[in-house]
Amino acid sequence: MTEIVANLRESPSRAVLARFLRHRLAVVSALVLTLLAGLALLAPVIEGLTGVDAEAVDLFSRYSPPSSAHLLGTDELGRDVLVRLLYGGQVSLFVGLTATIAAAIIGTTIGLVSGYVGGRFDAFVMRVTDGVIALPVLPLLIVLAAVDLGKLGLSESLLSSENVSLYRIVGIVALVGWTTVARLVRASTLSIKTRPFVMAARAQGASAARIMLRHILPNLASPIIVATTLSVGNVILLESVLSFLGLGIQPPLPSWGNLLTGAQETIWEAPGLAFYPGVLIFVTVIAFNFVGDGLQDALDPRARDRRAADRH
Amino acid sequence: MPAFLIRRFIHSLIVLFVMSAVIYGLIGLMPGDPVDLMISADPNVTAADAARLRTIYGLDQPLWSRYLHWLSAAATGDFGYSRLYSQPVWQAIIPALSNTLLLLISSLALALVIALPAGVFAATRPYSLADYGINLTAFAGISMPPFWLGILLILLFSVTLGWLPAGGTPQSAGASGLWEHVQYLILPIAALTIAGVGGHTRYMRASMIETLRQDYIRTARAKGLSENRVVLGHALRNAMIPVVTVIALDLGVLFSGALITETVFAYPGMGKLIFDAIMGNDYNLALVGLLMATTLTLIGNLLADVAYAALDPRISYENLDA
Repeated sequence: MTEIVANLRESPSRAVLARFLRHRLAVVSALVLTLLAGLALLAPVIEGLTGVDAEAVDLFSRYSPPSSAHLLGTDELGRDVLVRLLYGGQVSLFVGLTATIAAAIIGTTIGLVSGYVGGRFDAFVMRVTDGVIALPVLPLLIVLAAVDLGKLGLSESLLSSENVSLYRIVGIVALVGWTTVARLVRASTLSIKTRPFVMAARAQGASAARIMLRHILPNLASPIIVATTLSVGNVILLESVLSFLGLGIQPPLPSWGNLLTGAQETIWEAPGLAFYPGVLIFVTVIAFNFVGDGLQDALDPRARDRRAADRH
Repeated sequence: MPAFLIRRFIHSLIVLFVMSAVIYGLIGLMPGDPVDLMISADPNVTAADAARLRTIYGLDQPLWSRYLHWLSAAATGDFGYSRLYSQPVWQAIIPALSNTLLLLISSLALALVIALPAGVFAATRPYSLADYGINLTAFAGISMPPFWLGILLILLFSVTLGWLPAGGTPQSAGASGLWEHVQYLILPIAALTIAGVGGHTRYMRASMIETLRQDYIRTARAKGLSENRVVLGHALRNAMIPVVTVIALDLGVLFSGALITETVFAYPGMGKLIFDAIMGNDYNLALVGLLMATTLTLIGNLLADVAYAALDPRISYENLDA
């Protein structure tokens, strides 16, 4: 009895946190991600502390082995590998997070409106979604990445910005990545819109926009958060593949993917260069997957209870 | 049953048609055109010559009229000429396609031979040490950048051990025997297999766990059947339904994986062909190559529908239509 009362006093958000903390791999992963993001953000500070310049080229010390001056050695232009990795981390994490969030916003909007409006509009939108899902993603991304934005009539000043490859890749991933969230949101919207509280809101004269945003959307937060977290890893992988192929982030801006572009040619002289960026991608992606897994357990207790039942 | 399949088939053709227009448009938006490349090879060409060349090749026409022209030629089976390979597009594509299919089929078969037993094994002892181990390995496989996996394999087997070639083809090394041919395949197949095993294992495990929770499994156990007969005789067939569907749906993903693997190992398949065609402004080849990739994905989706209905007698084609 006291236990029930105690449970009642426990706020929902605290219960979610408690369930998340029980998933040990997810907690460790969250710590690892925080550490990586922190180190990446501190790159300029670390640059100052170790007394190296990320962009300083030194052709007399190419491929130098790890030393006290360069903790992880230098690359083919004699630049410090460690600092380049940290700056690359800023770019890769930024692309992973912003592209996923952009895709989630597009997907939520499409799914919410499609599910709420229903009828022929919904049928049409879902056909288009099926079509986008049926596309071979990577070949399509390669074509999109090769498109000359100048021919689309975008302004010169925007195109000459050195971060243009950054925005382009965020846009490309958002353009093809919205389908999962759209389907998820649409399916949930279909069931939620028939619930009594939605009908009550409609009876009170609430507008469609208000019903969607204030009454339906909050109920969708958990599945959207889980799906989004789980797809950050995929987006980071996609970015790394495109950048590795030379179609993503353009040097001199470093990303974990494009740091590996030249690594294959220099694999005989400096195998380390082919190793570190990949390890960081791998660790980041697996950590996002574990955090997503943990969030799923924490936000969807029924799934966890079913799992617990398996143990007996 | 045929009515349903015909409808799905027509949907696929529409997607393919729309894709051909989209890809044609996107390729038209890529920087440079074939005449630019010709000019760069010959410094004596004047601006007037370039304009004349563009007229000859129809490049002065608007994009939509070029597309219609391509489409009417394609309808008669003429997909144009590849500038990169100096061959009709089909003659360039067929060897590449057979190389890719060899890579895809062998690595898919190998991945399933590993993943399905591993998934079943993990599902029958959930939350045991073995299950955690298999799950963790599967997660690691999914999270591995596919091209980096290729680089690691080269690092280990070519650079450090020197057992296998780092890439290329037996032709380029002038090899003749069977082993010479096979050794160029080992690393690409291994890379693609490792990339696929994790996902299939997780699907198999999840599906088997869900199936083992069903009432008829409890009945089978209550009859006193051995655990092996319950799992392999009663549960497996039902647990395979969603797995087979996912495998078919994943053909497109597998193709993307092949594209990356081929690029890393300089393996002469469709992925490398498409990549080189896009980079080299070989419009005809890039277009047909990309459409082949789309077709493969669509065939996978169709197979998934067929498999779904064929494996599960509870599902009728009429219901799928709704």
